[in-house]
Amino acid sequence: MTYDPARSSGYPDPPQRVGFFTDTSICIGCKACEVACKEWNGLPADGPLPEDASVLELTGMSYDNTGALGASTWRHVAFVEKQNDAGGLNWLMASDVCKHCTHAACLDVCPTGALFRTEFSSVVVQQDVCNGCAYCVSACPYGVIDRREGDGRAWKCTLCYDRLRGGLEPACAKACPTDSIQFGPLDELRERADQRLARLHSDGVTEARLYGEDPADGVGGAGAFFLLLDEPETYGLPPDPVATTRDLPAMWRWAAGAALGLAGGVAVAFLGARGRGR
Amino acid sequence: MNAPEQVDPVQFTDYYGRPVLKVTRWKSPHMPGYLFLGGLSGAASTMAAAAEATGRPRLARQGRLTAAVAAVGGAGLLVAELGRPERFLNMLRVFKPSSPMSVGSWILAAHGGVTTAAAASTVTGVAPRAGRAAVAVSAVTGPLVATYTGVLLADTAVPAWHAAHRHLPPLFAGSALAAAGGAAMVMVPVAAAGPARRAALLGALAELAVTASLERGQGFGEEPRLVSEPYRIGRAGTLLRAARLLAVAGAAGTALAAGRHRAAAVAAGAALLAGSACTRFGVYHAGVLAGRDPKYTVVPQRARPRVQESRPG
Ligand code: SF4
Ligand code: SF4
Repeated sequence: MTYDPARSSGYPDPPQRVGFFTDTSICIGCKACEVACKEWNGLPADGPLPEDASVLELTGMSYDNTGALGASTWRHVAFVEKQNDAGGLNWLMASDVCKHCTHAACLDVCPTGALFRTEFSSVVVQQDVCNGCAYCVSACPYGVIDRREGDGRAWKCTLCYDRLRGGLEPACAKACPTDSIQFGPLDELRERADQRLARLHSDGVTEARLYGEDPADGVGGAGAFFLLLDEPETYGLPPDPVATTRDLPAMWRWAAGAALGLAGGVAVAFLGARGRGR
Repeated sequence: MNAPEQVDPVQFTDYYGRPVLKVTRWKSPHMPGYLFLGGLSGAASTMAAAAEATGRPRLARQGRLTAAVAAVGGAGLLVAELGRPERFLNMLRVFKPSSPMSVGSWILAAHGGVTTAAAASTVTGVAPRAGRAAVAVSAVTGPLVATYTGVLLADTAVPAWHAAHRHLPPLFAGSALAAAGGAAMVMVPVAAAGPARRAALLGALAELAVTASLERGQGFGEEPRLVSEPYRIGRAGTLLRAARLLAVAGAAGTALAAGRHRAAAVAAGAALLAGSACTRFGVYHAGVLAGRDPKYTVVPQRARPRVQESRPG
């Protein structure tokens, strides 16, 4: 049986694990997902000035004037213009989102318990608990979650937890006109992705590859995975993300050794004639 | 031309130069200030306990006071660091072994409690027995407070911090000892401060040795020269060079003159304190740079065999 995050988190009989398969080969860059996400979740604008969100910014680098995922941007469409070997231009679009990692570093390190695993195996922040310590921000290997300026708390994609509980699919998947964003049970999505990859390869699109689908990767496989047409870093994604909490036992051993060393150093320094020179 | 600290330009792909990670939201001076004060408090309380056990009342009293003041100041910085400071007690809502900040919050709460109790007893003369018991407990919480912060930084996606997970705890332990020894040299008369000088020397030597290894990226995994680069360049590089100068000067002063002249002891102690602070600010700024430039994330990950094999085509 595959590892089920919800079951391991204590849900005795969770529903099927669900997630996203984002097939970037059919993304047309319309940003309907970005808009639908903002609308449904009531997310504020996030321009360059934290003190005035109504000021918007043109990045001047491409059609991407969103820039990156953040506290108020939970879907981000990347636009890549890249010279190819044939002298032409590859125009790549990809809608990025929180990966809802099987082993989620953000959740591991959250000291308040604000971040939690839902029955659908997604990863969600409880806004009434988060105290804005920002540990999750530095822990996420994809740079997804962020603290919202002015608000002080951490925010990210909830996989539309409210919609899922009401039996609806997430707003971005619903809005996507090409089905580049597909929502469903993760097992089914993985099968579909394998078929799509085989199809593309047989059509000669050898640069197609899956990203985040492998349960053996550093985050135990992503709950939101992708079909990409170039290397992940071309889209601003890390090539081999790792949830660093897997090294925690080793880290604590070094800390324990250092603590003993500190105590030992003090003991050595205080050895010698008792009470000399008070 | 590259300075020798800098790695030659690397070939890699990114997305318009944008960071892959989020740059840490931890602020300066809050986070590095806390690292410094927490270390100072932890080592000072340990020294206070040792002083008490070996019958050195002046060092014991100074250690108790330093430990408490630094613990309270450090905790204050941590609260101010939060996006929602009024919710700081949520830190003690759960105990999560998977979160170094959760573990650390409990350690800090215990440490803050016993060090303030010990200091209050010293100042007021009330409940001396309870005060002694509190100092004894702080000999356990102290080393933990001084070193868990290494795990706190290392358990992040920030390459320069995570790759340094073997360095940061001993670095912070040495730095803490140098600071606490230095504080005692500043505040306690020369004749009574012998053990503090020895502690400070040990700490400064450890700090220097681990920093040298950190800057070279020894044991860093893939692309050690590149991943350790943030410790050598920019603001972090400047701070760590200053830390080294201060530690060397402070250690030399401690070994040669601080046992004879009070003025020399004060100067050497102050240099060690400042050096310890520079170390913490340097480590912090290395993490800021490592999060900002995508090459520190992409290049070492690209070098892993797993990724090499999975290239299609
Ligand atoms: S992608 Fe980042 S924010 Fe999303 S679950 Fe994984 S670690 Fe958490
Ligand atoms: S900022 Fe909030 S969600 Fe993130 S780790 Fe801290 S308490 Fe948890």
